[in-house]
Amino acid sequence: MAERLLTKNWFQPNGRSLSFYKQNGGMESLKKVLQMKPADVTAEVKKSNLRGRGGAGFPTGMKWSFVPNVEGPKYLCINADESEPGTFKDRYIIEQDPHSLMEGIAIASWALGVHTCYIYIRGEYLEQAEILEKAIAECYEAGIFGKSVLDSGWALDVYVHRGAGAYICGEETALLNSLEGWKGWPRLKPPFPAVKGLFGAPTVVNNVETINTLPLIFRMGAEDYAKLGTDKSGGTKLISISGHVAKPGVYEIPMKTSYLDIIHKPEYGGGVPGGRKVKAVIPGGSSAPILAANELDVWAEFEALKAKDNMAGSGAIVVMDESTCMVRALWRVTKFYAEESCGQCTPCREGTPWMERILRKIEEGQGEPKDLTLLLSVVNSIAPYPPIGLGTTICALGDAAALPVHSYVAKFRHEFEQHINEHRCPFPHPFGILADEGVRA
Amino acid sequence: MAAPFSAEQQKRFDEEMERYLARFPEGRKAAAILPGLHLVQDLVGWVPPEAMVQVAQKCQSTPERVREVATFYVMYFLQPKGKHVIDVCTNISCSLRGAEPLIEHLEKTLDVHMGETTKDGMFTLREFECLGACGNAPVLQVDSRFHMNMTLKKADQLVDDLRKQAAKKA
Repeated sequence: MAERLLTKNWFQPNGRSLSFYKQNGGMESLKKVLQMKPADVTAEVKKSNLRGRGGAGFPTGMKWSFVPNVEGPKYLCINADESEPGTFKDRYIIEQDPHSLMEGIAIASWALGVHTCYIYIRGEYLEQAEILEKAIAECYEAGIFGKSVLDSGWALDVYVHRGAGAYICGEETALLNSLEGWKGWPRLKPPFPAVKGLFGAPTVVNNVETINTLPLIFRMGAEDYAKLGTDKSGGTKLISISGHVAKPGVYEIPMKTSYLDIIHKPEYGGGVPGGRKVKAVIPGGSSAPILAANELDVWAEFEALKAKDNMAGSGAIVVMDESTCMVRALWRVTKFYAEESCGQCTPCREGTPWMERILRKIEEGQGEPKDLTLLLSVVNSIAPYPPIGLGTTICALGDAAALPVHSYVAKFRHEFEQHINEHRCPFPHPFGILADEGVRA
Repeated sequence: MAAPFSAEQQKRFDEEMERYLARFPEGRKAAAILPGLHLVQDLVGWVPPEAMVQVAQKCQSTPERVREVATFYVMYFLQPKGKHVIDVCTNISCSLRGAEPLIEHLEKTLDVHMGETTKDGMFTLREFECLGACGNAPVLQVDSRFHMNMTLKKADQLVDDLRKQAAKKA
């Protein structure tokens, strides 16, 4: 197994405490950074090739460099609105190593000239919000946050802000609107948040894992960190694996790790229970196009997936074995987007429930041959594919809802046709044998 | 308009709101609307319209805006709910691990449909979107606290424990 760098502190007794964190080398990177000029900190992050871990994979250092050097308030917002189905790595970071996130916040704030940071956490993560509150309080007490960060004379306040149940608020401009006390409607870009973000001020929104990685980068050095990864994406990363595998969980992987290895190796997913074969895999959150079993020999990282018109997204891998019905699976995924569409743009607001109704009809055995044509016509009105990113909506939720529909139908068309021809779902366990077995144990 | 809070609740509401409002710059106090609504719900169990008016006043906003926010997010209850809210995740990872039989079982045990509250007012049962615990599927939350790797047996135990707790308090 590769060396655990991001996760070295995980699963330790008392691992959430500041004293544990400091005893294991914590806050040393912050001390180093406070001796550097802010612009040099950003330059190091650029050199590290760190790419955003929230889903889009945008280079973090570049994002920071878009913040104009102007007087007046600037903000850092940590995106802890982890809601992409299949993703649970940020929850692990908060539960297992909250002070690494705290140190990362201080490092990023110094680099950006920020005095106020808000951690926007999804409302359902109540216990996790409490863990963060506790970690923040410890940092204030130790002089890491507050009026003078480690006696540097620079002030930093950090607050937890709970969302209230809306997937859309993980989109960075919806997050900002929600934080300002509006419903979570995404904003038109430009202006980008770096120029005009929270309260109209320059703002950086970064994912929990992205910020959590900063202490490691400054501990080992940006160049060494970059070398761990590929040419365009530095470091190691976290993946969340779930569904039909023996060992679901969060694992730290080298960038050059294939889906086959992640699913089958004993140190990661541990294979499919019951000796069944893999049928399909969601490679990067439910919004990503699905991979068929013969497409899994590819690295689970941004560029490798992009070359295949796919996306590594948030690193959420969901495995479906051969007993799973792909119509049922797609119906469930689509139902999510229908539920979570914020209602701002017509193609998404009207299109997502329409697709859900068509898919339900097919799954229930009421489908007609014209329904597949209709489904594809609706999905093309939201976002044609390939490539990714042709959506007709303000934010990427339209694309996110469309990509599964395009890909499931293209790769498993025979299953949709079989449902329509036989007027029934031909699978005795539509969500797989495991769905019916484990829960009844 | 009826007062939404008891005297003691009002005191806590006023104090906590001050703490939230201090986090935001002048002229931007509406940012405390979401925390304010969470606070109301913690205090009285749901978000009555009269409380929305108070949140609006504190946040230098309007009741219309507060209502717009309260109706957008699924965690705010706009009418009284059961003593405990059971949110069962049925998204893809949980469905692949048995969310459907779990829901069927809970509906039968509690004698309610999704979205309804039991006759004794003890439980509100809801279907919920991805809760971010896919590695421990199927999962549910009781009052926003996680219960992971659920089985039908564990669900029975959970309902039983909550009922016993309530009986003890009564």
